[in-house]
Amino acid sequence: MWFLFPALLINLLIILIPALLTVAMAFVSWDGTSDPVFAGFDNFRAMFADPVFSSALLNNVKWTALFLTVPIIMGLVAASLLLMVRKGRTFFQIVYFLPAIIATVVIARVWQGMIYNPDGGLIGWLHIFGFHLDDPLAHPSTALLAVASVDLWHWWGFMAVIFFAAFRQVDRAQIEAARLDGAGYFQLMRYILLPAIRPTIVLMMIMTVIWSFLAFDFVYVLTQGGPAFSSEVLSTLSYRYAFYNFTMGPAAAVALVISLFGLVATIFYVRVQQQELES
Amino acid sequence: MNHAISRGTLTITYVILALGAVVALFPLALMVVSALKTSAEIVADPLSLPHVPQWINFARAWRDAEMARSLLNSVKVTGLTVVLICATGSMAAYALARQKVRGSRWIAVYFLATTTLPIQLYLFPLYFGFAKLNLVDSIFATSLIYTAIYSPFSIFLLRTYFLAIPVEIEEAAIMDGATRWQVFSRVTLPLVSPGLLTVAVIAGMNTWNEFLISTTFLQGHAVQTAVVRFYSMGGQYSSDWGEIMAAALIIVAPMVAFFLVMQRRFIEGMASGSVKG
Repeated sequence: MWFLFPALLINLLIILIPALLTVAMAFVSWDGTSDPVFAGFDNFRAMFADPVFSSALLNNVKWTALFLTVPIIMGLVAASLLLMVRKGRTFFQIVYFLPAIIATVVIARVWQGMIYNPDGGLIGWLHIFGFHLDDPLAHPSTALLAVASVDLWHWWGFMAVIFFAAFRQVDRAQIEAARLDGAGYFQLMRYILLPAIRPTIVLMMIMTVIWSFLAFDFVYVLTQGGPAFSSEVLSTLSYRYAFYNFTMGPAAAVALVISLFGLVATIFYVRVQQQELES
Repeated sequence: MNHAISRGTLTITYVILALGAVVALFPLALMVVSALKTSAEIVADPLSLPHVPQWINFARAWRDAEMARSLLNSVKVTGLTVVLICATGSMAAYALARQKVRGSRWIAVYFLATTTLPIQLYLFPLYFGFAKLNLVDSIFATSLIYTAIYSPFSIFLLRTYFLAIPVEIEEAAIMDGATRWQVFSRVTLPLVSPGLLTVAVIAGMNTWNEFLISTTFLQGHAVQTAVVRFYSMGGQYSSDWGEIMAAALIIVAPMVAFFLVMQRRFIEGMASGSVKG
């Protein structure tokens, strides 16, 4: 039916065809200007031989582990507490959600200049109390965590609002009954609230895995993957291969690796969403 | 439910909730306060209030970041994207909701899958293809990329809106001799306008804030968006954080104002689309 045609055409031209070309690109040697030469699996060999690739992959795994726990727990706690109060719900929701609507580049600069900056940021202000901390973005041991913290700040409130919306669908009579039986906060969470919103939590966890392998903006703006590639993730590595080193083959190979991780999560995602589509 | 909670528990609950609010607001408050301070004041005490509000920071940010031009570019690319997404997305959503043709299920699955692909999977051939066709630095071509990336979410959101409309309304119009297009554009589309608004808000926000695509495809000074121009400010005037924060505020303010007016749409849209920035 032709109603589908415009959206589908744009999507095929912008996403599907270039994606297929990327698959082909992973098997050629190309600098972006001269003629591509078939290279077999050379790009994958080069990629695996680069020590930065394995550390970037490990950083993505760490990033995923962090985002599967911290923001989801913070979101669940905030959402469940919101459910307990009557006054101020809208206010807290707006405030928690606010960081999620602000441009990542702007957030990155605010943290870089106003929090992590030893001259003029919160870190510098702590000097008054004798804490002589350095810029955490400038040290290989702390750079990744410092970048991830910014994304965590940007992200947890969104989780809180999503989980709160889910909690509100839980049958109130069930909650009241549990309360009358003397259930405390933890029992209420364990036996009523968390089981009731399980589908939402599962969906958010799947999406978290997908997003964690796509993470780009904060790393690129805050550290460019440095210092000494310590905060490099797969997406920034791929971008660097392509637009800084002009090696399209390895860039495409890394993109395929990211897609592979995404694909596994996507299969779960499509399954979950399809149940919704059937309805 | 708070009748069942003791006063003490309620106090602790509010304290934790307020703590969350402080965490969320603190960096933003620093941005606002610092935008009004001299860089000397910021270095001397990052947490102090400005002695004299430095409104000049905004004037300098406006000039150095070429805001008149870069904000206009952001408005152009955002507006074009929103129009394209609403037009193509609503048509596709209508087709998926109403027409049970063979293969439509697979098209839906395809759209769903593209929302989870890394941009790097199609970015490089797209860039070199656009370069060959002279489409790099074209605002229209860039808005087509955003349309491709953000329309799947809008299709699924609008599809649920279309499904909620009783088919009988359309059948009555068809009986009266209306074509499929007339039914769609005159009868059904006005009924899903709340959904269209949500789609416009979310697509608009994502495009306004987006960095990776715009920094790759809109490099020329004349076509740079506000966010990309802001990014290059950091390197150029790295020590003048007052000015940088003023520029940040100029870019953020319209989005925050929009959000405060239409927070329901933002939350509904981001919850259903789950588009992470």
